[in-house]
Amino acid sequence: MARNLLYWEDVEVGSELPALAKTATTLMLVKWAAASADFNPLHFDLPFAESQGIGRPIVHGQLKRAWLVQLLTDWIGEEGWLKKFSCQFRGMDYPINMKSISEPAEDKVTHWCKGKVVNKSVENGEYLVECEIWVEDETGKPTTPGTATVVLPSRAG
Amino acid sequence: MIPEVAMKFQGKVATPMILEVEKGAIKKYADAVGDENGLFWDEEYGRNSRYGSIVAPPGFFGWPLKWKGTFVLMTELRNEFMKALAAEGYIRFLDAGIEYEFISPIRAGDTLTASLEIESVTGQETKAGTRIVCVNKTSYYNQFGALVAIARQTSFLSRT
Repeated sequence: MARNLLYWEDVEVGSELPALAKTATTLMLVKWAAASADFNPLHFDLPFAESQGIGRPIVHGQLKRAWLVQLLTDWIGEEGWLKKFSCQFRGMDYPINMKSISEPAEDKVTHWCKGKVVNKSVENGEYLVECEIWVEDETGKPTTPGTATVVLPSRAG
Repeated sequence: MIPEVAMKFQGKVATPMILEVEKGAIKKYADAVGDENGLFWDEEYGRNSRYGSIVAPPGFFGWPLKWKGTFVLMTELRNEFMKALAAEGYIRFLDAGIEYEFISPIRAGDTLTASLEIESVTGQETKAGTRIVCVNKTSYYNQFGALVAIARQTSFLSRT
């Protein structure tokens, strides 16, 4: 898979990061539970989720965090370095069900991971770019806002 | 006001845990996220990269330290904290957010030592009553003793 090489000089303040599409499914949540060892039944057990007052199972906050990390690592390429990252879980997100062992009940994107460049600077020889990042649901509502600082290679060497 | 018992946990440090960075676990993680980056999957790609091997995606160990694969038992210290708060009626737990500082790459085959500290415990008044805001700081060191990452995770605990 070809990876991009992004230089600090080629990033403009105010520009948007290439958006990353995600389809949250119950299958994805089960995989995440196993991969992250987060077995909170809130994320896969309907009666339990109902008893907790959230209606139905919700997407793990930490999975949304991992999506946002991917948004950044996809953008900066392997010559870039994700230095600082934060996100807050402000809203609930829901997965769609499966219609077969591998296909979601609906063929659609459920969430978009997005970002915007808010600042550029050079500190201690590091070429830094600061971003606002977020996950938004199908209605365009941001549920998971955050910030990130990345270090990029410079044409100045 | 938050229960006095909650304050007793502030500044406490859990017994450090040893975490092996397994290649298979990295692949499973990337698969669950839907991340097709060759750095997390492909040995040859990793070998030819600046890292020289498959690396763990930033935040691979998430927070806090999962314990024996059971539901949010985490470290014994966190477990003790949650139990003490539950006894005071704070039974609802919410993962409110996370903050990372990534210092050096974590490669497949590394062994990390993770140290968790309950960094702060404070009260916050909300419309639904008082909630406890707990910040857990986890520092990750590699087998060479170098600090490779720091995670700060915020939990909200409330009665309703």
